Amino acid sequence: MAIELKMPALSPTMEEGKLAKWLVKVGDEVKSGDILAEIETDKATMEFEAVDEGTVGALLVAEGTEGVKVGTVIALIGGEGEASAPAAAAPVAAAAPVAAPVASVRPADPVIPHGTNMKTSTVRDALRDAMAEEMRRDPRVFVMGEEVAEYQGAYKVTQGLLAEFGPKRVIDTPITEYGFAGIGTGAAMGGLRPVIEFMTFNFAMQAIDHIINSAAKTNYMSGGQMRCPVVFRGPNGAASRVGAQHSQNYGPWYANVPGLIVIAPYDASDAKGLLKAAIRSEDPVVFLENELVYGRTFELPELDDHVLPIGKARIMREGKDVTIVSYSIGVGMALEAAETLAAEGIDAEVIDLRTLRPLDKETVLASLAKTNRIVVAEEGWPTCSIASEIAAIAMEDGFDHLDAPVIRVCNEDVPLPYAANLEKAALIDASRIVAAAKKVCYR
Amino acid sequence: MARTGKTQNAAEAAAPTADNALQAAYEANRRYEATNEELLHFYEQMVLIRRFEERAGQLYGLGLIGGFCHLYIGQEAVAVGIQSALQEGHDSVITGYRDHGHMLAYGIDPKVIMAELTGREAGISRGKGGSMHMFSTSHKFYGGHGIVGAQVSLGAGLAFAHKYNEDGGLCVAYFGDGAANQGQVYESFNMAALWNLPIIFVVENNQYAMGTAVKRSSAETHFHRRGAAFRIPGMDVNGMDVLEVRAAANLAVEHVRAGNGPVLMELNTYRYRGHSMSDPAKYRSRDEVNEVRDNRDPIEHAKADLLARGVSEETLKDIEKRIRAICTEAADFAENSPEPAMGELYTDVLVESY
Repeated sequence: MAIELKMPALSPTMEEGKLAKWLVKVGDEVKSGDILAEIETDKATMEFEAVDEGTVGALLVAEGTEGVKVGTVIALIGGEGEASAPAAAAPVAAAAPVAAPVASVRPADPVIPHGTNMKTSTVRDALRDAMAEEMRRDPRVFVMGEEVAEYQGAYKVTQGLLAEFGPKRVIDTPITEYGFAGIGTGAAMGGLRPVIEFMTFNFAMQAIDHIINSAAKTNYMSGGQMRCPVVFRGPNGAASRVGAQHSQNYGPWYANVPGLIVIAPYDASDAKGLLKAAIRSEDPVVFLENELVYGRTFELPELDDHVLPIGKARIMREGKDVTIVSYSIGVGMALEAAETLAAEGIDAEVIDLRTLRPLDKETVLASLAKTNRIVVAEEGWPTCSIASEIAAIAMEDGFDHLDAPVIRVCNEDVPLPYAANLEKAALIDASRIVAAAKKVCYR
Repeated sequence: MARTGKTQNAAEAAAPTADNALQAAYEANRRYEATNEELLHFYEQMVLIRRFEERAGQLYGLGLIGGFCHLYIGQEAVAVGIQSALQEGHDSVITGYRDHGHMLAYGIDPKVIMAELTGREAGISRGKGGSMHMFSTSHKFYGGHGIVGAQVSLGAGLAFAHKYNEDGGLCVAYFGDGAANQGQVYESFNMAALWNLPIIFVVENNQYAMGTAVKRSSAETHFHRRGAAFRIPGMDVNGMDVLEVRAAANLAVEHVRAGNGPVLMELNTYRYRGHSMSDPAKYRSRDEVNEVRDNRDPIEHAKADLLARGVSEETLKDIEKRIRAICTEAADFAENSPEPAMGELYTDVLVESY
């Protein structure tokens, strides 16, 4: 039975080509690997190799022919080889559009039992306690990063962990972000629960390939086989007077990526409860802290296991006149702004997103339905920001509730300057949030 | 100039001392003494990879496989020889995007591999990974990675997990001569040696990083020496003879499993096809390819060995026939399986729901 040789597609985009030259003639014996012809695509001349064995029976397209469509039969090979598989058109699954899954109703924070003692804690200690508790609970959890062990953490977030858990589980790395982000990601693929600390997220730029290409995408690309339960954590956003390369908010960058969970807590309770949830998650988590908030003290419930739901925003202050959406360090400024506004008779509701991906649209939209006005306060650049995303959500899903345009209160759109006066001018503050809130209230 | 040349040669002769023990052991006994059954099995696996890849090339030409498709033809002895020295399901393996051969050498069903290449529901990644992104956690095969060099750091992480879990396993991280110039490779070498991780770094030196010949891209073209700065012993191995590969792999596995830390193996090999299907391979001559094909082909080499051992032509023909049937079946399966259901678009983005 003759085997039909068809004009091959030799690149992802080739539709037709020129049969430049036959290198065999009728009657030639060919075996697999022999070059039969040269074919010119729009980009290059390619060699067309035989796959089957047999005798060349007929050359159906003369050499020099241009515009030969992919799939055209160009030659016949008769021989003892098995018949070539028919090039059946790909059976196409029903192409009915499928709606994206609707997010299930997210659980609210667990109720803190009546009579629970509230202690005070810095965010720094809350983060440390979260890691220590999870390390006690699960032997697969380990912490790795620069200066996390003997130095006790560049910002002292890992203080005391080495003494309790030893060098096997609290590991100082060389200064080698790309490498240890890859090792952490690989260790998670191998079944461990790594907590990878970046001294700051500015340095994670060297490692962003593993965070996005290796950690975030592998579960999808493997059809659900390859999980990657890794936590990348560290300070994010502007610190103080460290200049442009050490002062950037990566929240919008990571929140852009499907496959990642992105958390950016503000207070100690959320920092602890969400870091514990992050370490337990089966998914890769980017956990964005803030250096300027590490030392702030907040109330923290004394519970055996304080775990909070990922993906749920928190209403920090209820109000009816305007919604101020923020996250991380911006929440403190939003609360300060709300106090100022209250004195002027504007009752602001403050929402801490806490998780940037998946984003709790429902809480934002419910608040919009109540206040009809949104200001977003974000310590970060305005372009393609979380603030932009909130504005888009308000417009797409809450348009009828809007009584004023959404205003983004973000940093100035410049690399962060060093000079004290310029730095102050570049960063958001409560007064700018107040001004924006008044504007959307037409006051 | 002659003087300079002489000095360089003298320097080359003095290989880094860390290399000596493993390399000397390999050179003392370069070929693994396989039984006839073992060699037949290696032969069969290499023929399977060759025929599978030829079939994949054909399906690509028919438009049934899209995107990038990197064939392993010519390099078969590397994956087959090294895999045979590992404890399957215990040791882990990770590689780059030229991954079909490693999966076949690991005994993964050719049908689900081919169905992944054609992007079908029955594919090993349910059609969502494609040629470059295939995994089998049950075989401890961790991919199939599309970013050049990423698998080296990830592999060091897998080795870290073996050590952390004290399970006695090791990781083999394969990468090419092109990936060998990525910075993260050396970051990983450093930590693997510093922490004594159980890993074998395998450079499959097929002489070309896409279209760039090794000598045009690499200041040190002897890749086995590139671990010297990290005190990682190197091995310079003929990757065109499955028995030499196996002999070297045995030494490396033994060294790593004994807790001595990483080994860097350079497997000198050659790919017959272009970098990917759309590569016309004009950066080298047809004569160069034919020279390797005619004189150093790993399958022909094994075949000659088998015939010299008295294995009959008939036996080899039967293997060839059986393999062709397997590849035809895989191709038919891959063509006739349905595409993924549209609902698959949204599955596996995250494991949990939030």
